[in-house]
Amino acid sequence: MVLIRDLTIQGAQMLLVLFLAPLFTGFVRKVKARLLRREGPPLIQPYLDLVRLTRKDVVLADSASWLFRVIPYLVFAATWVAASLVPTFRTGLLFSWSADLIAIIALLGSGRFFLALAGMDVGTSFGGIGSSREVMIASLAEPAMIMIVFTLALIAGSTQLSTVAEFMASPQVGLRVSLGLALVGLVMVAIAENGRIPVDNPATHLELTMVHEAMVLEYSGRHLALIELSSSLKLILYVSLLACLFAPWGIEAAGAALPTLAVGIAAYVGKLAVGGFLLGLFETSIAKMRVFRVPEFLGAALMLGLLATLLRFVSGSF
Amino acid sequence: MTLTVALVCAAVLLALAAFAVIIGRSRAATRVIYGASMVIAAISLVAAAVHLLGAAEPLGVTLPLGVPWLGAHFRLDALSAFFLIVVDLGALSASLFALGYGEHETAPQRVLPFYPAFLAGMTLVVVADDAFTFLFSWEFMSLTSWALVMSHPRVPENVRAGYVYLVMASFGTLALLLAFGLLAGPGGLYAFAQMRVAPPSTTIGALALILTLIGAGSKAGVVPLHVWLPLAHPAAPSHVSALMSGVMTKVAVYGFMRIVFDLAGASAWWWSIVVLAIGGITAVMGVLYALMQHDLKRLLAYHTVENIGIIFIGLGLALAFKTHGMAFAAALALTAGLLHVFNHSLFKSLLFFGAGAVLTATGERDMEHLGGLIHRMPQTAFVFLVGCAAISALPPLNGFVSEWLTFQAILLSPQLPSWGLKLLVPAVGALLALSAALAAACFVKAYGVTFLGRPRTCAAEVATETDRFSLAAMMLLALLCLLAGILPGLFIDALAPVSSALIGARMPVQIGAQWLSIVPIAASRSSYDGLLVFLFMIISGGLAASAIHRLASDRLRRAPAWDCGYPDASPVTQYTAMSFAQPIRRVFGTMIFHAREHCEMPPPGDTRPARLVVDLSDPAWDWLYAPLVVGIGVAATRLNRLQFLTIRQFLTLVFGALVILLLVLAIWS
Amino acid sequence: MSRLDFDIAHLLAGLLVLISFLELYQDRLYALLNTYALHALVLAASVAWQAFVQDAPHLYVTAAIALVFKAIVIPVSLHRIIVRLGIHRQIEKVVGVGPAMLAGIGLVALSMVVMLRVTHGADPLAREDLAFALSVVLLGLLMMVTRQNAVGQVVGFMSLENGLVLAATGAKGMPLVVEISVAFSVLIAFIVIGIFLFRIRERFDTVDLQALDSFRGERR
Repeated sequence: MVLIRDLTIQGAQMLLVLFLAPLFTGFVRKVKARLLRREGPPLIQPYLDLVRLTRKDVVLADSASWLFRVIPYLVFAATWVAASLVPTFRTGLLFSWSADLIAIIALLGSGRFFLALAGMDVGTSFGGIGSSREVMIASLAEPAMIMIVFTLALIAGSTQLSTVAEFMASPQVGLRVSLGLALVGLVMVAIAENGRIPVDNPATHLELTMVHEAMVLEYSGRHLALIELSSSLKLILYVSLLACLFAPWGIEAAGAALPTLAVGIAAYVGKLAVGGFLLGLFETSIAKMRVFRVPEFLGAALMLGLLATLLRFVSGSF
Repeated sequence: MTLTVALVCAAVLLALAAFAVIIGRSRAATRVIYGASMVIAAISLVAAAVHLLGAAEPLGVTLPLGVPWLGAHFRLDALSAFFLIVVDLGALSASLFALGYGEHETAPQRVLPFYPAFLAGMTLVVVADDAFTFLFSWEFMSLTSWALVMSHPRVPENVRAGYVYLVMASFGTLALLLAFGLLAGPGGLYAFAQMRVAPPSTTIGALALILTLIGAGSKAGVVPLHVWLPLAHPAAPSHVSALMSGVMTKVAVYGFMRIVFDLAGASAWWWSIVVLAIGGITAVMGVLYALMQHDLKRLLAYHTVENIGIIFIGLGLALAFKTHGMAFAAALALTAGLLHVFNHSLFKSLLFFGAGAVLTATGERDMEHLGGLIHRMPQTAFVFLVGCAAISALPPLNGFVSEWLTFQAILLSPQLPSWGLKLLVPAVGALLALSAALAAACFVKAYGVTFLGRPRTCAAEVATETDRFSLAAMMLLALLCLLAGILPGLFIDALAPVSSALIGARMPVQIGAQWLSIVPIAASRSSYDGLLVFLFMIISGGLAASAIHRLASDRLRRAPAWDCGYPDASPVTQYTAMSFAQPIRRVFGTMIFHAREHCEMPPPGDTRPARLVVDLSDPAWDWLYAPLVVGIGVAATRLNRLQFLTIRQFLTLVFGALVILLLVLAIWS
Repeated sequence: MSRLDFDIAHLLAGLLVLISFLELYQDRLYALLNTYALHALVLAASVAWQAFVQDAPHLYVTAAIALVFKAIVIPVSLHRIIVRLGIHRQIEKVVGVGPAMLAGIGLVALSMVVMLRVTHGADPLAREDLAFALSVVLLGLLMMVTRQNAVGQVVGFMSLENGLVLAATGAKGMPLVVEISVAFSVLIAFIVIGIFLFRIRERFDTVDLQALDSFRGERR
């Protein structure tokens, strides 16, 4: 009975993030449009886009290989598995012990690895631009993320996300300096990993300013739909991660009764709304950086992560 | 029994080498020699595996060979058994690969005699139990691999590679000789068993550590003693490159472990700091060097340097924990390092085999002349992809497991009391994470430029798939990579006897854990389940595929590439390896390698194209070796005067040396 | 004192270190001045919190002085000076951002190690506040050392002084008279520097140190 309940909750979590992801993307676009005094597309526009894409033909370049066709499924699988393991409305998910924070980062890394290969597959220069810039950004964002994970693991005593989330929700955690530094670092890394302004512009049409869009330039039809869905999933994953680590109020502990789940889900949707609004506000108020200023930006995030870890190592109470 | 099997296998390999000298030029020689090597390696592998998995007691034997009053001691304990498994697995796969690859060898009589001898040398190093046998086997291993590097002496870069390799190998052996001399002490106790019962003083132990780092480290490829590796490894035939990178460097790690963990006695507080610092620097420098390369085999060789850095980080952590008495954490760090030894030998061999397959199919090693090989060589491309994914530490493959364990060991380090370690370990953790991310970038470049895209030259356009033996060897290794990633608990439990022997503790038993996950410390703290992640990914991917194929349109048509509406017919406009690395080169390389790009414009009227040239300088050569070479030249010129002394002056020198030796004897005894 | 008081004091001190790093990262003059204003604001908040926790009302005055003078008056005046002198608004750095940040981290680690060793028996809040204060001082010095522009050096000096104030309040109590004299000396130093900047600018048309170097007496 307990197994069936836990399995249902894990399945519900997986479906919840999958269905909320396009809505979140639509919400962020709406916020940005409203702040720019435009009407903006309807909130369900991403769903309509996905349906439209799946109904179209796939136009495949002559030089594309079998890997090009398989990669959207691989990227989607990796991102969806990672997103299912981040607690949104409840900790103690059934399979949360199979992958901890480091494994979640590595899963996202494998999604990025294959997407970069897809950029190289067709043999055009735009794909190359996207892939080479993406791996440069990743080469700094991933170490920064790992240092932040170290800080959190040293404070909470575990790298298991459920345990960390429960620790953050408990009164044992104080207002620690390392947590503050980790929060700032995580926000910077999240912006870089999801390709938002100021690192990359998700709505650009100028190919020389693209990073993520240039890698997927040759995709069309159902493949493009999967890739767009994966990007939305990745964005909602990072926002959920920030919410469960630094704003854990409302997350139900493992073993809570089913009616309280409604409270957990409501709290989660509320956090998503706040996160989406802040993201839209931030993106509207700042300009995109030159490509070679991004390493300085991410270098700063890496330094923050390193400083936070160093403080934890050197004195236990930081 | 298992030790006897190993020694008999080594003897048969030596006999095979002698036999190969005789039949070297005949047509069937390749098949015979490699086939026999494969069978012998398999037998030895089974014996070593039986010994390790059975957690048997160490076996020793003394043969009346070598130095008369010493004999030749051999011993097979858990550490030797593990490294013997690594050696034999590498030998097995290399011989299987060479059954197909060796057919393309233009001068088989230069390769065939030395190959079994090389295997025999590596086997003997791992089971040697006294200093003389160890050094003799070590030097034998170096010389046979040198002969294999020089198997194509007409190519000028091979000659230089061989020369540098010989100099560095001799220097390394000298350092090891001094180290063993110090450990043996004035009593001349050269057998390892005698060294174990008489541990040295702290100064002697410290000197032994430094000398071992220089000697074994240069063979393993730690920065800055790595310079021979990217010259020599690509020069040898591909199966030998795989053995040198994947296996011989591990034999060097074995030498380091044997001396530092077993023979040098109790470690001082600063030993682990040196090892950790060197490991961290090696890891990052190795991968940065690799990113600047466009020769496929040289890229792989530099990448070996990075992985050796990761192994040394694991060993340094183990040493740190052991020194401060945290046995359990030391077992974790040691297991992480050893698991990385095993994993690296698997995927590095796989990648070198792939590079060899590409070399035979196209005749090119330079990535800038390749491209689009995924269409012409689909199976090689698939296994090479598995190798690239494994080496980039992507779950659910094996590279991720050893890296995850190393991170867990780093997370245990705040409990260490030493301040130096408290400051160094987080920095080393950052360096490790940086090198992992850069490694993924490196292999996106290597795979993307070589196999994906469009062919850049005719050589790439007419490539054909490799033969079935090479493919079989590569598929075997790819399968092992997947298994080690999905079932890591089995491999961790297999390593338990090694950590028990060296540290006195072992990691918790993994077999009973839930759903075959691995729990390095405690279930509440962290766990990882490779099998479940793998199944999860397959299920999600399958669900997505079935949903898409039910709900979406399944039409597909081919068209020219979109490329923003301006498709370029020439494949020259694709990204090359140097252009792919440009952002990273600009971020990291500007300071470290003085990377500069300049454009060579031909004068007006000249019809040559303008060239964009990248200048890189190697800091190890500029700062360490070039001054050293200049210094040696100067010293040699000065010492040249000794050639032209009179007879009386020569006699004075001899007399002076005799007097000094008598003085030393008088003072010391 | 309770856990929460401890944590908030810690957090404010750590925020001060973070803002010092942010100052190291800036390469535009106006942004640097705004960051410095933020630095002084957080210092004022930290001193006010210390006043609340230690029950020392004279520290409120210190906080008010920090707020009014350092967070408002000085940045606004420097802003005006920059506009009037027409100073080049990009700060050239002697070393790049990356090495400067790495050096900053090394300095923080160093001050941690030194302070935690030296003050072995003292009150834990004071110890760690002192460690952070030393970090801010060292980072201020680093900023002075790695900047070409004279205004950048002035800001570095100011943030160094902020670190000293943090150290003084953390060490439980600083008499008001000392604070007034410190504030006046800062004001006088600022006036003097301002006058010098005017004269330098008048004579040489620039305040860039490298250009000024060529006017020095000894030639190399």
